Amino acid sequence: MKDIIVVGGGHAGCEAAHACAVKGHDTLLITSNLKNIADMPCNPHIGGSAKGIVVREIDALGGVMGKVADKTHLQIKMLNSAKGPAVQSLRAQGDKITYPREMLSVLNSLEHLEIKEAMVEDLIVDSGKVKGVILEDGTKIEAKSVILTTGTYLKADILVGNTRTRKGPHGEKPSNHLSDKLKEYGFNIIRLKTGTPQRLDKNTIDFSKTKLEPGDNVFHTFSFDLEPCYKIEEQEPCYLTYTTERTHQIIRDNLNKSSMYGALDDIKGIGPRYCPSIEDKVVRFSDKERHQLFLEPESRYYDDIYLQGFSTSMPPEVQEEMVHSLPGLENAKILKYGYAIEYDAIYPTQLNASLETKVLENLYTAGQINGTSGYEEAACQGLMAGINASLKLEGKEPLVLKRSDAYIGVLIDDLITKGIKDPYRLLTSRAEFRLLLRSDNADLRLRRKGYEVGMISKEQITKLNKKEEDINSLLEYMKNIKLKVTDEVRTSFENNNYQVPTASLSLEQLIKRPELSMEFLSNLIDIPFSEDIKEQVSINLKYEGYITKAYKEAEKMLKLEKKQIPEDIDYDRVNNIASEARQKLKEVRPTTIAQAIRISGVNPADISILSVYLKKEYGKDE
Amino acid sequence: MNDTICAIATSQGVGAIAIIRISGEEAVEIVNKIFKGKDLTKVNSHTINYGHVVDKSGNIIDEVLVSVMLSPRTFTAENTVEINTHGGIAPTNKVLELLLTNGCRLAEPGEFTKRAFLNGRIDLLEAEAVMDMINAKTNAQRELAVNQISGKVSNLINSLRDDMVQIISNINVNIDYPEYDDVDIITNDILVPKITNLKERITKILKESRNGRIIKDGIKTSIIGRPNVGKSSLLNALLEEDKAIVTDIAGTTRDIVEGQININGILLNMIDTAGIRETDDIIEAMGVEKSIKMMNESDLVLFVLNNNEELTDDIKTLLSEVKDKTYIIIINKNDLPRKLNLNEIDVDNSNIINISIKNNQGIEELKQKIIALFNISQIEGSDPTYLSNTRSISILENCLESIIAVEEGVKNNQPIDMIELDIKDIWEKLGTINGTTYEEELLDEMFSRFCLGK
Repeated sequence: MKDIIVVGGGHAGCEAAHACAVKGHDTLLITSNLKNIADMPCNPHIGGSAKGIVVREIDALGGVMGKVADKTHLQIKMLNSAKGPAVQSLRAQGDKITYPREMLSVLNSLEHLEIKEAMVEDLIVDSGKVKGVILEDGTKIEAKSVILTTGTYLKADILVGNTRTRKGPHGEKPSNHLSDKLKEYGFNIIRLKTGTPQRLDKNTIDFSKTKLEPGDNVFHTFSFDLEPCYKIEEQEPCYLTYTTERTHQIIRDNLNKSSMYGALDDIKGIGPRYCPSIEDKVVRFSDKERHQLFLEPESRYYDDIYLQGFSTSMPPEVQEEMVHSLPGLENAKILKYGYAIEYDAIYPTQLNASLETKVLENLYTAGQINGTSGYEEAACQGLMAGINASLKLEGKEPLVLKRSDAYIGVLIDDLITKGIKDPYRLLTSRAEFRLLLRSDNADLRLRRKGYEVGMISKEQITKLNKKEEDINSLLEYMKNIKLKVTDEVRTSFENNNYQVPTASLSLEQLIKRPELSMEFLSNLIDIPFSEDIKEQVSINLKYEGYITKAYKEAEKMLKLEKKQIPEDIDYDRVNNIASEARQKLKEVRPTTIAQAIRISGVNPADISILSVYLKKEYGKDE
Repeated sequence: MNDTICAIATSQGVGAIAIIRISGEEAVEIVNKIFKGKDLTKVNSHTINYGHVVDKSGNIIDEVLVSVMLSPRTFTAENTVEINTHGGIAPTNKVLELLLTNGCRLAEPGEFTKRAFLNGRIDLLEAEAVMDMINAKTNAQRELAVNQISGKVSNLINSLRDDMVQIISNINVNIDYPEYDDVDIITNDILVPKITNLKERITKILKESRNGRIIKDGIKTSIIGRPNVGKSSLLNALLEEDKAIVTDIAGTTRDIVEGQININGILLNMIDTAGIRETDDIIEAMGVEKSIKMMNESDLVLFVLNNNEELTDDIKTLLSEVKDKTYIIIINKNDLPRKLNLNEIDVDNSNIINISIKNNQGIEELKQKIIALFNISQIEGSDPTYLSNTRSISILENCLESIIAVEEGVKNNQPIDMIELDIKDIWEKLGTINGTTYEEELLDEMFSRFCLGK
């Protein structure tokens, strides 16, 4: 009998298994193929806007993705570095060979984790509770909790041109029965699709016709615990090219051969809005003369180049023609054709905020099975499911992050409250408190929570405490120390075309000027603190007005977050709620008024009526 | 679910006909129980049916026309039946009573409108407008309400929001897809003219909306002056001609009847008419401070001076305060010799009117002056598409504050993603005016307008 079984060894499964084992629970990770642990079947990068912040949050909470990425990436850069601090986010080009290898070695080093190669096709269920899994050959393995992280492998179909083949990414065997079983147990199963572009042979590409996209020439790490372990000059570049009029013509001429445009008439899956195929782009944005394509290396150890932006389900012969119409790729050899993949997922409003399902007790789900897309989205759910399954075994309350705590909180709340229409991707625009959820302060936001649930060590917390103390000291320092306007200072201001202060101003007053940076001030006066402390203080002072406003808004929401809705509420007894709202409330069963407000179709009037009902029926407990 | 409600929809009293409205799931079934004629459960929707209302024993109560309108194309979006009875109080009440004993509940005030709103038939603005319509006392009020019900005002707000969501989604795309070089980058140069335009449009709506509020709520008017200066006579003179209109409002309170003056369809709401009548000595009774407070509460101050009297210190103080208000200085007792020294008053000469209430001189001129001051003729003639309730106006004023924050952000060279926070704030606030703020809206806009993806 195991404590926890994790089914699936992708990014969600790895984080989940890691978290359970770190917390000392006897954990079994079952994967259909050991070679595919932490595999990156689609794009080779980790991070990106909003997603890079999630990787930082995972690290702050004691997860592994950031550290493994730091040790193995081909290049790393800070996106939006010219914009404000709230939208800056790291993006690394992963190595598809060393990333999985490093992840496997981390998992293998865990005392409480066992990894097994097998195919799970059913669950052991007893009166609404999950008690283990049943393998393809009928073997039963018992456990106190099960975490499903099966990715796109539920009834996966690969679509190319007019062919549909039942298999997962890499031609792996999919799970054919598990989603039917889940349906039998009462889950609402939906069908989604996504796609991936071609892989090309690096040696057949003329990079001189493309634009170089190098990594940053300053160091970055996802992890708060690691020093940079790469050499700036040894980063692998990416390249940029564009579609041509000829590419568009080929696509238009062959449109009926694309799986998505009629070659297959039985496609039910809904594809992601933010990830259209190249067919979609050419059809929907016919006025655009060209579309951007990125050439991204997949590894230092083989020659595949990932053609980002060219996802398609055209038949192979058309793909050949399409690829060869691109500048630099006239003679490119296609190593793997693009394809679309259709798969089953469970509708995520059937989950609690802990990621335990409402349908079966002790069953958790995380990652693409919940309708998300992306490695980072999967990993953070895996981490939360792992932490919460463990906490439940320990008889403790689950860790639920709020929308004002973390992007992870935004993601899970969106899933369980709003459900999904297409595969869910995190975007900066989904976070109403993005100014609070920055890349730079993920540790300040979350480390303490990670410590409370046993994911973060004493040393890590001591380091955090020191950081907080230093920030406060520097804030004091900035308030008290004034910059005298000496000749030297005057010259410096004038040389930079900055307005020279008319009197001695405090450093705090100076840093609030938009044009003045910590770096500039540090050249004029000694500011004896490390760079990350200076960064925090600079952000806090420069954007004080905006940050204060955001905190106020967050506070307002937290107040509503405290207004609990009793679990046993019968929405049929609440008179006068609009019928659409009633149906949605019954489906989602929000736990707080704040969550109820976020359900689309529930109007402010419904909320007032609900609040009045709660006050009347449940007194001040509302 | 929702129970079935009924109420007399026409005003109580003797009229040619009265209408009883029934709304809810069982509206048709319940009316059918008391109706003799066609089987109402089998008639087509949106038909008018002739017959009789009968009681339990089959006695005819009234000869009626019954309109049957089935969900969802009705005012409440529920099944709705309207019974046209002969207008007498007794038979109408009897029909209502029969409905109540057969399973209807008496509707609370405004409940039909509330249901229309809750069922998504009308938005918040329209719901508020329906309530205004019911309470409309002048023609201008009615037109204003009609425009809100027909959604004209919602359209106006939506067009503002549509323009904004384009800017917001573009900035968000710049943030979420920084590596895409074929998407326009929103910079201050692009932003500033758009924000200026938005500011102008909101300012215009606000200006017109204040007029809208005047149409709807009337002009709060105070009469200020020393004892015996003629305040009471002025009030009576203004009231005289319009008494018929004012007393026409059935069932309203004595105060309102006394205090409302209708000038070309615009209501002047007189503040403290009782005070004017009973003491006729506002300044001495209340003191200068209270007079100032009263002036501050007013949209219009009618300041009455005696032509035959010198200015006292109290009056000079009050006159210096009135300058910032909308005011008219009325110099009464024009028939007596002038002792008043106008040079002592530092006020706008065009706002001074000489009258003699005793001889009924200058009253008409005063009314014209009021009309001119409030552009009333312009309000009457224009298309009254603006916000008329305090909630909406204060949200809009709030938006203006955020626009100023945006302008400041631009001026201080803040990053565009910071400025966007305030722009989004305006967009969300505007959405609360007619109750449509969805995040999904923004995401849909992003993905339908911009070409992104792997």
